[in-house]
This record gives sequence, C-alpha cells and structure tokens, in this order.
Amino acid sequence: MSKMNQHNPSMFHGTWALTKRELKKWLKEPIILLMAILQPVIWMGLFGKAMNIGNMFSVGNINLPPVIPIQGNFIIPPQSSGVNINGTALSQMFASFGPTLMKNIFGVSDYFSYMSVGMISFIVLFTTMFSGMSIVWDRRLGFLNKVLSTPVSRAAIIFSKVLNASFRAMFQATIILALAVVFGLQVSSTFNPVYVLAVYAAIFLLCLGLSSVFLALALRSTKWETQMAIVNLINLPLMFASNTFFPISQMPDWIQAIAQVNPISYLTDAIRRLTVMEFDVSAVMFDFAFLSIFAAVFSIIGIMLSWRYLTK
Amino acid sequence: MSDDVIIAEGLTKVFNKHLMAVDHVNFGVKHGEIFGFLGPNGAGKTTTINMLITILKPTEGKASVLGFDIAKQSNEVRNVIGVVPQEYTADEDLTGWENVILCADLYGIPRNVANERASELLKLVELSDFKDKKVQTYSGGMRRRLELACGLVNRPKVLFLDEPTLGLDVQTRTATWEYIRKLKKEFGMTLFMTTHYLEEADALCDRIAIIDHGKIIVVGTPQDLKHSLGGDIITLSIKENADVSELISSIENVKEVKNEDGSYRIKAEYGEVTAPFVIETLRRKGYTVTKLSMTEPTLNEVYLEYTGKSMRDIEESREAFRAQRMTMMRARA
Repeated sequence: MSKMNQHNPSMFHGTWALTKRELKKWLKEPIILLMAILQPVIWMGLFGKAMNIGNMFSVGNINLPPVIPIQGNFIIPPQSSGVNINGTALSQMFASFGPTLMKNIFGVSDYFSYMSVGMISFIVLFTTMFSGMSIVWDRRLGFLNKVLSTPVSRAAIIFSKVLNASFRAMFQATIILALAVVFGLQVSSTFNPVYVLAVYAAIFLLCLGLSSVFLALALRSTKWETQMAIVNLINLPLMFASNTFFPISQMPDWIQAIAQVNPISYLTDAIRRLTVMEFDVSAVMFDFAFLSIFAAVFSIIGIMLSWRYLTK
Repeated sequence: MSDDVIIAEGLTKVFNKHLMAVDHVNFGVKHGEIFGFLGPNGAGKTTTINMLITILKPTEGKASVLGFDIAKQSNEVRNVIGVVPQEYTADEDLTGWENVILCADLYGIPRNVANERASELLKLVELSDFKDKKVQTYSGGMRRRLELACGLVNRPKVLFLDEPTLGLDVQTRTATWEYIRKLKKEFGMTLFMTTHYLEEADALCDRIAIIDHGKIIVVGTPQDLKHSLGGDIITLSIKENADVSELISSIENVKEVKNEDGSYRIKAEYGEVTAPFVIETLRRKGYTVTKLSMTEPTLNEVYLEYTGKSMRDIEESREAFRAQRMTMMRARA
C-alpha cells in the first residue's frame, strides 16, 4: 500500500483538534458564555449572602430577657424560690463566643468566605456533569460516528471532552474567585498568591475524575433524557453530602461516611486550606493525594470503557 | 475477486442477539467502480456501511478494504477511506472552513497541507464563497457538499457514501450526482454507496446490489439487471394486413411476440439494438412499419421482480417518517 496518505495522528493532535472544536462552540455562543459568567454571580450573591450563618452568632441575635428566672431542684443546694440569672450578661457572653464558635465549626470567621470556596466545587460538579451530555448529542447528530470513522484515537475523543469541561470549569472558577474577593472574601493570614496555582491544579484533578465518570455513564447512551435523569438524581446529593455548604463534622454519621469518600469534599477542603483557612501542609497534601488517585482511577476507567464501548 | 478493493465474506451483524440486520452477505467491489447498495430503509445498508467503515463490529464473517481486515486492522482502514455519512454531521456552530480543517486534524494532516486541501476541496464543491459562514446558514445541498469535502480531506482511495442525496429536492439531487461524478474523476477513487432511490442507483452506479432484509438478492449492472427481466417491450404496427409474428420471432434477441389486433408486442433483450433490426428485417420482406415505440424496464420493475414488492410504495411512507424525524432532531438541537 502506498504510504502517501498515512499521517497517523498523534493522540495529542486529535485531542487538541476536538477540544478546540468544543471551546470554539462555547466561545461562539455569547448567551451560553454570559450564562456561564452570570450563574456563579447569582449563586454567590444569593446563596453566599442570604445564608448568613456567621450573623446568627452575633450580639443582635442572642437577645435573652434581662432577668431569667430558673426554678427547680437542680441547683444545689435546692432553693424553693429559684434563682434569677442576669440575661444581659449571658447574652454578651454568648456573643463573644460567636466568632470562636464559627471558627471552631467552619474554620473561618465568616460564612461567606466559607461558602464562596464551596461554590467552586459546585461549578466544577455542574460543568463536568454536562460533559456527558455533549457526547450523547454528538452521537445523536452523527458527529460521533464520523469521528469514529477517522483514525483519531478513541481515547482522544473522551479526553477532549474532559479537557473541555476542565477549561470551562476553571474559567468559571476564576470568575467566582475574583467576585468572591470583591464581595468580601477574607483570605487567611497564611495566604500566598502562589497557592492560586495549587487551587487550579486541584480543580483540574477533580474535573478530570468527575468528567470521566459522567462520560463513562454516557458512553452508550443515545438519549439525552437518560443522561439528564442521572445528572438530576445525583447532583444535589453529591453536593450536600460534602463540605461545600456545611462542615462534615456537624453531620450525622451516615452522611459523614458518604462525605468522606465524596471527592468534592476534598477539592473544597484543599481550596479552603489554601485560601481562607490556616494553611496546613499535611492536610492539603492529603487532599491532593485523594484527588489525584480519584482522577487517575476514573480517567483510566473512562478511557478503557471508551475503547470497549465506543465501537459497538 | 482477490483484486477487489472491498471484499465481504459472510458479513453478518446481529443486534440484541436476535435482530439480523445483515445476513451473511458476500460481495466484491472492483477498483474504480461505483458500487451501490439498493434497498428500502431497514434493509441493512447502513449497517453494512458502518461495518466497512469500522464503527460497527461484525457479529460473524469478515471483510477487507484495500486488503486491510476491517476488524483487525481498523486503523489502517480508517486511514485510506473517506466517509460521507447519512446525517449532516458538520458542526453547525462552526464555519465550513473550520469543519474541513477539523476533519483534516482528525486524520493528523499537517496544517499547511490541510489549508491547501481545504481551499481546494471547498472550491471543488463550490463553497469557497461561504467558507466563513456558519454551517447553520447552509442549505441542504450545501451541507451535503460540505460533507463531501470533509470526506475527501484525507485523499481517500475508497469513499463511502451513505444515502448521499437523502432529503434533497430533485434538482439538488441531480447536482449532487454531478459533484460525486466530478470528485470520482478528479481523485480516481472507488465508491461504495447506499441508496433507496432507484433513479440514483441507475444514474450513478456502475454495479448495484439489491438488498432486502439483510440479504443480497442480486448483483449486477443496472443494464444487466433490467435485461434480466426479459428485456424491453417494443410495440409496432405494420401497414400490411398479415401476421408477421413468425418472422419477428426469428430475429435474434427477440423472446416473445404477441399479435394484439395488428399491433405487435415484442419482448426483446437489448431493445435499443433489436428495434432497428426488427424494422430492417420487416422492410426487407416488403412490409412497412407504421408505428414503433419502446419501453425499457426500470429498476423499479427489477426491484419488484426480485423482492416481490414495489420500492416506491415502501419509499413514500418511510420517507415522510424520516423527514419528520430529522426535523425534530434539528429542532431539539
């Protein structure tokens, strides 16, 4: 056979070509791009500011009556007439506990800083979930078949979707971080601008793992409705069984068990420790180790499944 | 057979363990010809093409393209073939140019070569003026031509066309045939196509295989297939009041003569050659032919003969259904 037509595309070449296609599609659709920017803004504004948990513990909210009469036999020695406690003093006492309480439970002194970081995980989860949808569409419109009839590597098809989801998520995460700072995110005293690179690395790892999971789920699917149902079923449970909005330590045991294997918890934890909380090398290393293993395992599974299942 | 560009031996595809989509088909496609699979929707045409272009694994049997085994050497096959799928697969959000370049990238063609080929191919299919417009704005015929350009970007030796004019109006269809002929001439390829349009098979294909329920029923040139029905019908009348049935019967290629009140209905092979012969013979014997007409059998009659049903009846209802489905798919996108 003549070799003049043989170019044998490298894995990189094919992946980049397909990723470029997805990114171009995304950038060419101004409304989707605008939504991508608006969505985190709305979430930050509504969620982050409305759920003002830090404020619950402030002076204004702990308003006990000036005199609290206590009756009964639990005070030793028993007194038939009961005792009166100075409520005002107690209120002030609790109020001074507030920030400490916040710090102990959430690790930061204001809830906005806590949840705006969680927002990044939220965006990563939602963006990667839809990477599965796009392969269903490619199949329906025949694009996938066309790509499969070319010598491009099957792994490149999956990997381009993963990369695309990662780029999008990182773009949105950047906007969130910038806005969070504008809206009053308080970085911790240990924060170093170099940590931002580590933040992106952590986001990329989770994107890699999560989009591989969702792509693997969508590999054989020809119905976007099925994919939509899967996404709807698991997005909120995954979100709430993690430390995104609320600390794991305050959850019942069985939710804690889920949250502890939920990779979203680890991304959130890593970013928090890098930005708003006290920096802790060993904890961050552990988060990264978990995220790396998660990403490696699921991207390998995804690529193996794509070899197996893309050709029927 | 061994020189054939595409060879299929007992090629079979069974879906879900019981749906026999392609049932032990054997055929060979010769170098440089246009080979067509003709049959109604659901006959197994697209399944066969999908196996040949390596996106479906055969359940049984084997096939090779340019000597490469479709199952074991799929990457080699993919490198030497071009595919023009049934659907419009070009990305609607990208421009025509970007689509062709994307296809080139999928074959790993270096950028400078890709640019050169893209502009050459877009010129060939007369889309140069629209190359920077989004595919969304293209008409059906333009999309088809863009698919052709994409399918040719790797200079394939074998081009697979799955229903190349599906859903196009008659004029656009004829124009598309012209493009296909032009491209074939330009690149000297072998073409394998499927169609359920009889006119298309007749106009475009060198040889056709009629396929129904996953089985190949007959293979041959459109001419041969039509002749196999027993030939053309020549109807003639003579001035003289005599029975010339015997005389006409003695002419070569004439198979059957019926005298219907002075008008003769002659079934003859190669009617276009036989008819002048009949006139000549009658004239020599002193008869004068006053009227003569000839009808050639169409592929529809061939189809009817071999499958026992008319292609057109099936075509109408399915066509409407398919058109509706395509519209819905576009709308949802």
